[in-house]
Amino acid sequence: MSLIHEELEKRILVIDGAMGTMIQRHKLEEADYRGERFKDWHLDVKGNNDLLSITKPEVIIGIHLLYLEAGADIVETNTFSSTVIAQADYDMQSLAYEMNVASAQCARKAIERYHELHPEDGKPKFVAGAIGPLNKTLSLSPDVNNPGYRAVTFDEVVEAYTEQIKGLVEGGVDVLLVETIFDTLNAKAAIFAIKQFFRNSPSGDGGELPIMISGTITDASGRTLSGQTLEAFYISVKHANPLSIGLNCALGAQEMRGHIEELSGIAACFTSSYPNAGLPNAMGEYDEQPHQTAHFIEEWAQNGWVNIVGGCCGTTPDHIKHIADHVRTIEPRRLPVLESELA
Amino acid sequence: MSTTIKPFLRLSGLEPLIIRPETNFVNVGERTNVTGSKKFARLILNNQYEEALSVARQQVENGAQILDVNMDDALLDGVKAMTTFINLLQSEPDIAKIPIMVDSSKFEIIEAGLKCIQGRCIVNSISMKEGEEKFIEHAFICKAYGAAVIVMAFDEKGQADTLERKVEISERAYKILTEQVGFDPQDIIFDINVFAIATGLEEHNNYGVDFIEATRIIKQRHPLVKISGGVSNLSFSFRGNEHVRETMHSVFLFHTIKAGMDMGIVNAGQLVVYDEIEPSLKELCEDVILNRNNDNNEATEKLIAFAETVKAKGKVQERDEKWRDASVEERLKHALVNGITEYIDADTEEARVKYPKPLDVIEGPLMDGMNFVGDLFGAGKMFLPQVVKSARVMKKSVAVLTPYIEAEKEERRLAHIAAGTINEEGAGAAKILLATVKGDVHDIGKNIVGVVLGCNGYDIIDLGVMVPTDKILEAAIHHKADIIGLSGLITPSLDEMVHVAKEMKRRGMKQPLLIGGATTSRMHTAVKIAPEYGNGVIHVLDASRSVTVAGSLLSNDSKPAFLEQTYGEYVKLKHGFDNKKSHKNYLPYTKALANKVNIDWATFQPVKPQFTGTKVFADFDLNELRQYIDWKPFFIAWEMHGNFPAILTDEIVGKEATKLYNDANTLLDKIIAEKWLTAKGTIGFWEAGSEGDSVIVNRLPITDGGEQRSTVDGQRYVHLEFLRQQIEKAPGQPNISLADFIKPLGASTELTTHDLRLTTDFMGAFAVTIDGIEPHIKAFEANLDDYNKIMLQALADRLAEAFAECLHLKTRKEYWGYATDEHLTNDELIHEKYLGIRPAPGYPACPDHTEKYKLFDLLNVTESIGITLTESLAMYPASSVCGWYFANPQSQYYGVGKLQPDQVEDYAKRKGMTLDEIERWLRQNMEG
Repeated sequence: MSLIHEELEKRILVIDGAMGTMIQRHKLEEADYRGERFKDWHLDVKGNNDLLSITKPEVIIGIHLLYLEAGADIVETNTFSSTVIAQADYDMQSLAYEMNVASAQCARKAIERYHELHPEDGKPKFVAGAIGPLNKTLSLSPDVNNPGYRAVTFDEVVEAYTEQIKGLVEGGVDVLLVETIFDTLNAKAAIFAIKQFFRNSPSGDGGELPIMISGTITDASGRTLSGQTLEAFYISVKHANPLSIGLNCALGAQEMRGHIEELSGIAACFTSSYPNAGLPNAMGEYDEQPHQTAHFIEEWAQNGWVNIVGGCCGTTPDHIKHIADHVRTIEPRRLPVLESELA
Repeated sequence: MSTTIKPFLRLSGLEPLIIRPETNFVNVGERTNVTGSKKFARLILNNQYEEALSVARQQVENGAQILDVNMDDALLDGVKAMTTFINLLQSEPDIAKIPIMVDSSKFEIIEAGLKCIQGRCIVNSISMKEGEEKFIEHAFICKAYGAAVIVMAFDEKGQADTLERKVEISERAYKILTEQVGFDPQDIIFDINVFAIATGLEEHNNYGVDFIEATRIIKQRHPLVKISGGVSNLSFSFRGNEHVRETMHSVFLFHTIKAGMDMGIVNAGQLVVYDEIEPSLKELCEDVILNRNNDNNEATEKLIAFAETVKAKGKVQERDEKWRDASVEERLKHALVNGITEYIDADTEEARVKYPKPLDVIEGPLMDGMNFVGDLFGAGKMFLPQVVKSARVMKKSVAVLTPYIEAEKEERRLAHIAAGTINEEGAGAAKILLATVKGDVHDIGKNIVGVVLGCNGYDIIDLGVMVPTDKILEAAIHHKADIIGLSGLITPSLDEMVHVAKEMKRRGMKQPLLIGGATTSRMHTAVKIAPEYGNGVIHVLDASRSVTVAGSLLSNDSKPAFLEQTYGEYVKLKHGFDNKKSHKNYLPYTKALANKVNIDWATFQPVKPQFTGTKVFADFDLNELRQYIDWKPFFIAWEMHGNFPAILTDEIVGKEATKLYNDANTLLDKIIAEKWLTAKGTIGFWEAGSEGDSVIVNRLPITDGGEQRSTVDGQRYVHLEFLRQQIEKAPGQPNISLADFIKPLGASTELTTHDLRLTTDFMGAFAVTIDGIEPHIKAFEANLDDYNKIMLQALADRLAEAFAECLHLKTRKEYWGYATDEHLTNDELIHEKYLGIRPAPGYPACPDHTEKYKLFDLLNVTESIGITLTESLAMYPASSVCGWYFANPQSQYYGVGKLQPDQVEDYAKRKGMTLDEIERWLRQNMEG
C-alpha cells in the first residue's frame, strides 16, 4: 500500500488551491516569462504559466510553499498544459518533457524547504503530477458542420500524455493526477498512457504510481462537457483502479454538493473534491470568501463524503487554510465494502 | 457506516447501464451490423452514414439497451468505417446514451472502435482461437480501454458445440482472465454459441439443451459472469418463416433466461410474448428446443410440417384474428399485451360507449391490461421493448378518450373550486408534479397515474424519467406544485426516493410526497422514506388510489387528519419492522418465561416508600416545571430536527429556531403569570409481588395496626398483567418482562403472615395533566392565530412531560426515596441516566393500553385530577402522561417486540378478555 493510501485511511488530506491566481499576483511581464534562455523566442509566451517552472522556478516554489504552510498535504505540479499538444500554442512542443521534470522538481523543492522551515510538522507531504485535459478533445467535433470530425486522434493524445508522464515520474512526483476532465475519452487516453508507461518501463514491475482522477461537471445539466452523467463518467474511468475519484473546477462548492454526495455513494475508491471559489461574478472574478468555501466543505466532510479536499480556480492559500482548519478533526470517508457476491 | 458496492456489470454511454440480478435480460440491438442487416450494409457501403444513424436510433427507440456495431464486410475498410460511424454516433445524445458493443472478428477493428468511445463498452469478442498468448494480449488491451469482454467459446480445436466443451473452454478462459489479466468476474461475458437446431441432422438436435445446461452450470460455478448469445442462429433452418422463427426465439429465451442467460443479440421488438404463443406451436417448439419426443427427428418433423402449413398460407402471413371475437375488455387487453394498435381506436370507442364514463375505460379494462403486462414483465415473460409497445397502445387509446374526458374535466375543475380543493393561488386546479427518479427509466405506472389524476381535473406537471432530485425540487418550487409524486420500478430507486425526501426536508419544503411504482411498498415508505420528511409521505398503491389520496391531501379540511392517520400507520409499521428485522426466531412462551431477568432476590432489600396509597398535587408550580422542559421534542413538533440548544445556532434553521424559542418563552411567561394552565398530578405506591408475568398489588395502604387491612374484599388485590419478550436472545440475555423487576411472591420470606403477604416488594404509578387549555385555544382560533394555538398545545405537552419528569425525580429522591443521593442535570434526566423506570401502558415495554384502566383505578385518576380515557384509551386532556414506577436498579426500558399466539392466548386468559378483543389491542405486536 502506498504511503498516501495509508495517510488517507487516517485523515482527510488537503490538496492545494489555484496556481494561476497566485501567479497573477506576481504581475509578471513578457520578459519575466522569457527569462534569459528564451529572450529571442519567436512567439509571445506571456501566459504560458508552465514555462515559469523553467524560467522563474523561485516563483513557483514560493507558491507551493504558501500552500504547504496554509495546510496543504498535496501540492499539484505546475503542468496543466505541459504537453506537446497544448504547448503548440507557443510552438514549445519540444519543451514539454522538460517542463514536466522542472515542475515536479519545483514541487519537491518546496516540500523540502517546508520541512526545513517546519520541522515540527512530521506529517508527510505529497506531489501530485497534474495531467490536464488538453485543448483538443477526442469526443467532440470542433466543426459544427462535421460532427464526425476530430481535431486529434486517440493515439496522438496517448503519445502526448506518455511524454508528460515520463517527465513527471522523472521529476519525482508521488501520484499522477488526471484532472479537470471534461472529455472522458481524453482521460481514458491518459489512463491508457499511464498503464502502458508503467507496463513498458524497465523498472515497471509493480512500481506503478497511484492515480487520482478528477472530472469536471460543467454546468447545471449535471453532466460533463462530453455529455456523460457523473455515474457514467465514473464507470468509464474506474478501470484505472484509481486511488481517488473526484470533481474539480467549473462549479463552486454549493453547486458541487449534490454531485459529491452522489459520488461518495458509488465510488469504490477514495473521493476528492476541489471546487472553485464559487461561480465567477459579472467581472469574471471569484469572490467566495475562504470561510464560506470552508463551511461547505466542512459539511461534506461531516457527512462522510470526502477524503481529499481543496480548491480550484479563484482559491488562495487563505481558502486552503480555512479548509484545512475546518476538516482537521473530522474523520475521513470510509472506503466502501466491495462485495464479491450478488446476494 | 461504510457503504457497500455490489459486483454488478457496469457499463456506460452518456448514461450508466448497471446490470443487476433483477435486470432480467439485456437486449443488444443487432441491426447496426453489416453482416446482419442488409439495409444497414447498403447504407454504409454507399457512404450514407447519416442515414445509417437512423438505424441505430430506431434500435434505441425499440428498447435496445446496448448497441452492437459491426463493420465486418469484405468490401469495407473496417477500421475506417468503424471510426467514422462511431464518431458520428457519439454526436447523437439520444443514441450515445446507451453503451456500445464493439463487434468484429478482427481485433484491429475492435481497437479502432474503442479509441472513439468515452463510455465503458463491451468487446465482442475475443477467444482462444489463435491460442492463449493472443487471447491474453487482446484481453490486456481491452482492459486498458476499460472494456468488458465477450469471450467466444472457441479454442485452438474449434468452436465449442457440446455441453462439455462449452463448459471446459469457459472455465479455462475464466481462469486466465481473472488470474493472469486481472479481470473482475462480473466483466466477463461468455458467448457459448447458439447453433441451429431442427436441421434434420440428429447430431444437432441437442444443441438447444446443451446451451441451456451449459448456461446453468457456468452460472452455478461463477455466478458473477454473464452469458450471452446470438439467438437468431437457433432458427436458421426456418429462414423465411418469421412466424416460426420468432416463436422459437421466444421459447428458447424463456428457457435460457431461466437457466441464467443475461443478454442476447436479438431483434427484441419482434419477439412474441411467451404466454401468448398458441399452445400447440409452443409445444412443438419446446419439443425441438428441449429435444423431447424427438427420437428419429420426430419433433423436428412435426415442427417442419407445421411450418409448411404456415408457409402455405402465402407470403403475407395471415395473423390469427380469433381474438377479435372476444369481449371488448378482452380485446383491449390482447391489444395491450401484444402491442397491436390496429384496432385500438375502434375498440376504445366501443368501450367508451359501453362504460358510464370515459374515465372508467382507463381505470377499468386499460389498467387491467397494463397490470397484466406488468405481471408478465415481472415474471420474465415479456421484455422491455414489448412493454414499450404496450405503452404506445395505451397512449393511443387514451388519446381517443381524451376529448370526452376534457369536457368532464372542466366540470370537475369547477367542482374542485367549489369544494376548496384548488391550489394555493386559486388560479386553477391543484398542480401535481410527477417524476420517475434518477437512474430509473420506467414510467408506465407514473404515466397512468398522470393520466388518471389529469382525468380527475388536476394539472399534471410530468418531468419524465431519470429526473435528478434537484430538478424535481426546483420544478416543484417553480411551478408551485401542491403535491410531488415519485415513481420508480427498480430497487435502487428506493434509495433515490429516500434522498429526495431528505432533500425536501433540508430545503424546508411543504408539499406532501407521494411514493409509487412497482418496487415501492408501504413498508419501505414507512420505514425508510417517511422518517426523512415531516410534511407527509404517502405510499400510493396504484393509480386509482392516487385520486382519493390527492383529494384528501388537497382539501384543507381532511389533510391534517389524513396525514396524521397515515403517519400513525407508518410509525406502527416501522415499529413492527424494527422489532422484526433483528430477530427471526421466537421462543415458546414457556421457554421465554423461564429465561427471565436474573435478579438476586435473596439479598434484595426493597426500599419502602415514604407512604403507601396515593398523593395528589392539585396545582403544581409551573415555574418549577419549566426547568424540566425537554425542548428537543418541542422543536420536532415544529418540524425542526436537531439537538437543543445547538439548534438555536444551527446554520440553516438557527434563526427560526431562536425566534420560535423566544416566542415560546414569552407565551410561557404569560401562561404562568396569568395562570392559564394548571398542573395536576397524582402518584401512588403499593405493596407488590410478582407471579409469572403478573404483578399483584395490594391497593390498601399499610397502616400501623394492620386491623383495617384484614378486611378482605374482592377489590383489595389488583392483578397487573405484563407481556414478555419472545425473541430468541443471545445466550445469557434474558427475555424481559416488567414483572421481572418485582420480587416474586414465592421468594418472600414473610409469606406466612397473610397480611404482609405482599410486603415482598413495592411498585408505584403516576398520572399528570395540564388542565385549562381549552378557552385559550378557542380564543386563538377566533383570532385565526394558528401559530399561538399550536404553540400553546406544544407547550402544554412539554409541561406535562416536564411534570412527569419532575415527579419521577421527587419520587426517586423523596417520596419513594430509593435514590436519595441522586444528583443529575436536566440533560442527564432527559437521557434517562437515573435508576428505575416509568413505563407507560401503550408504549413498547407494556404495549397493552387496556392496563390503563387499572392504573386509573389504583390512582383514582379521574376523580382526583380529572383525566378521562377515551374509547381508544387516549387520555383527555391531551396533555397528559401516566405510567408505572419500578425502582429496581436493574429495571430498564425495552420493547416487548413481536408476540407469539401462545403468549397472547395466555395473556387473554389472565386478563379475562376474549382472544379477539386482546388481539385488537396488541395487533401491532402480532403483525409484521
